[in-house]
Amino acid sequence: MADSSTILGLIEKQHILSLLKEKKRLDGRSELDFRPISFEIGTIKKAEGSAIVHLGDTTVLAGVKCELGTPFKDTPNSGVLIVNIERSPMASPTFRSGPPRAEAIELARVIDRGIREAKVIDVDNLCVVPGEKVWIIFVDIYVIDAHGNLFDASTLAAMAALATTKLPSIVIGENGEIVIDKENGKDLPVQRYTSSTTFYKLQDHLIVDSLTKEEYIGNARFTIAVTEEGNVCAMQKGLSGSFSKKEIDNLIDVGKEMSLNNIKLVKEAVNEYKKN
Amino acid sequence: MGKNRPLIDVNGLRVDGRKIDELRPLEMKVGVIKRANGSALVKHGGNQILCAVYGPREVHPKHLALSNKLLIRAEYRLATFSVNDRKSPAPRRREHELSKIISEALEPSIFVERFPRAVVDIYINVIDADGGTRCASITAASLALADAGIPLKGIVASVAAGKVEGKVVLDLCDVEDKDGDGDLPVAMVATTKEITLCQLDGNFTSDEVKEGIELAMKGCEAVYEIQHRTLLEKFEHVSKEIQKSSLTDESKGEEKEDSSEEEDDDVVMEIDESELEEMGSKAIEDIVSEVNNEEEDDKNDPEDEDNLSDIVEVEFETEKVEPESDKPEYSTKSIDLDIVEEVIEEDIDEINVVTTIIDEDEGEKKDNPQESENTTENLEEE
Repeated sequence: MADSSTILGLIEKQHILSLLKEKKRLDGRSELDFRPISFEIGTIKKAEGSAIVHLGDTTVLAGVKCELGTPFKDTPNSGVLIVNIERSPMASPTFRSGPPRAEAIELARVIDRGIREAKVIDVDNLCVVPGEKVWIIFVDIYVIDAHGNLFDASTLAAMAALATTKLPSIVIGENGEIVIDKENGKDLPVQRYTSSTTFYKLQDHLIVDSLTKEEYIGNARFTIAVTEEGNVCAMQKGLSGSFSKKEIDNLIDVGKEMSLNNIKLVKEAVNEYKKN
Repeated sequence: MGKNRPLIDVNGLRVDGRKIDELRPLEMKVGVIKRANGSALVKHGGNQILCAVYGPREVHPKHLALSNKLLIRAEYRLATFSVNDRKSPAPRRREHELSKIISEALEPSIFVERFPRAVVDIYINVIDADGGTRCASITAASLALADAGIPLKGIVASVAAGKVEGKVVLDLCDVEDKDGDGDLPVAMVATTKEITLCQLDGNFTSDEVKEGIELAMKGCEAVYEIQHRTLLEKFEHVSKEIQKSSLTDESKGEEKEDSSEEEDDDVVMEIDESELEEMGSKAIEDIVSEVNNEEEDDKNDPEDEDNLSDIVEVEFETEKVEPESDKPEYSTKSIDLDIVEEVIEEDIDEINVVTTIIDEDEGEKKDNPQESENTTENLEEE
């Protein structure tokens, strides 16, 4: 039951590789160019925070919901941040309904790690009743249109959504009951921004912001997530190829630079939204 | 974060007494699951990892078969009792992710083009977890692949670096993993130094990342040293078995030198551990060609004669040959990288000798007078 969309014809593969020898890509970009990025923030009324990101044709939608829940046993006074991603079947003929496959799980976990380790949100400040009730922040990302580089698009969307989330107000009644007021929320405090850069290795060529066709013929993948202070908070090598130490050192340097640039773009979009 | 005590004390030692660049104790064994094509048990610190390899075999379900190469399918599972709070046997998302990246860490080391439409299934069971299970799993899986005889470009070794109290350290233990500043698992094909696994979570500067990867790669070299010895032990064992069976064939009507206090006509040789590896592979070569030559009734070749007597008269000591005192005992002590670096340099010459012999055509008399001389000399010493 081979899905023909995942097989790239040999001629197309040769075409992509010969373009790369001239340092060009299918859409005219150079090896280390990102596609144009645009944001639509706060469009989902029911969500406490939301953002749509267009990275070239790749479109992802992130929505934030804040719920009260019980804390984890080992951190009784801390809130919880959970980042999840759904590769909706509407986004690509290769995405199927049902429980997520390993690729989808990896995608979700890498993005979750990036946001979590960067400490975008201070979870220790999300305690409502110590040991009993804390805020649980759910960031759910849906892929709407898959045209490559879901990693970076999703991190951008999650970041923009979190940075514009309104945490509902809490009123504790006389009998100790907790009343949530979503109408009068306050900005969820964000400690820092984060963003990621994902590279693909096609034979020996390294490219950034991959297209779907480029991803089919890549032998290895490398994602690096960076905080606005320039610290590395997450990395993941993927696919069954390998990298030399020298290549990785280079990817760390270039990836850091590009991620810091992406952070600038998110901040601009968030500030623009907050002005209005 | 709830740290009760410093993770690095005033003497620069870590919670378990190790130095910054010291590995936890490592023990490895292959061939532990007889039913499987290949298997390994790895103990790394408090981790105990069992791995079984089946394949190359037919792919089930069929639609997953790859038309042009071997499918590498690793399955990483935590046993329910391997962690503090009982874990449900159903695999969680973490296990699915780790299964995928472990497959991807091993594939670069395998000649996948040789077995299109087949699969190698790698089953990894963590029976006791103590931080760094994915690294120990990759180490075990690569051993099991070698044990199964799957054509490999190299062995993959894996260890995690990390950051603890601002310092980049090697091989995080459970406490350091939970309370530290970051985790950096790395896997590398030992011979080519290609990096096949590289993950990070935590808070590192970009220089610390590079330093961490460098440190982890050194750790991988030390892990590989033990993987290498473990595999050699397997073949020593095999060659001993072959020796025994060839002795029973040859023992009738042959006059032998009898100079030891051992029973029968066997001569006991004291063999240096460093020569053991040479002897083992040479002996197998000789036995194979001896069997061929014997059938042709060709006993006139003087070299043949020498080797025949070698095979008949040599018996390896049945007790364990004690390693030289400057070589550390890997099984119980933790590894000091400085010592390992020395050992690796010494061993490289021996490894070259072993591989040269194996590369020669089988059946052709191996013209290596230097070695025959050594053997004969040793014999005469008894």
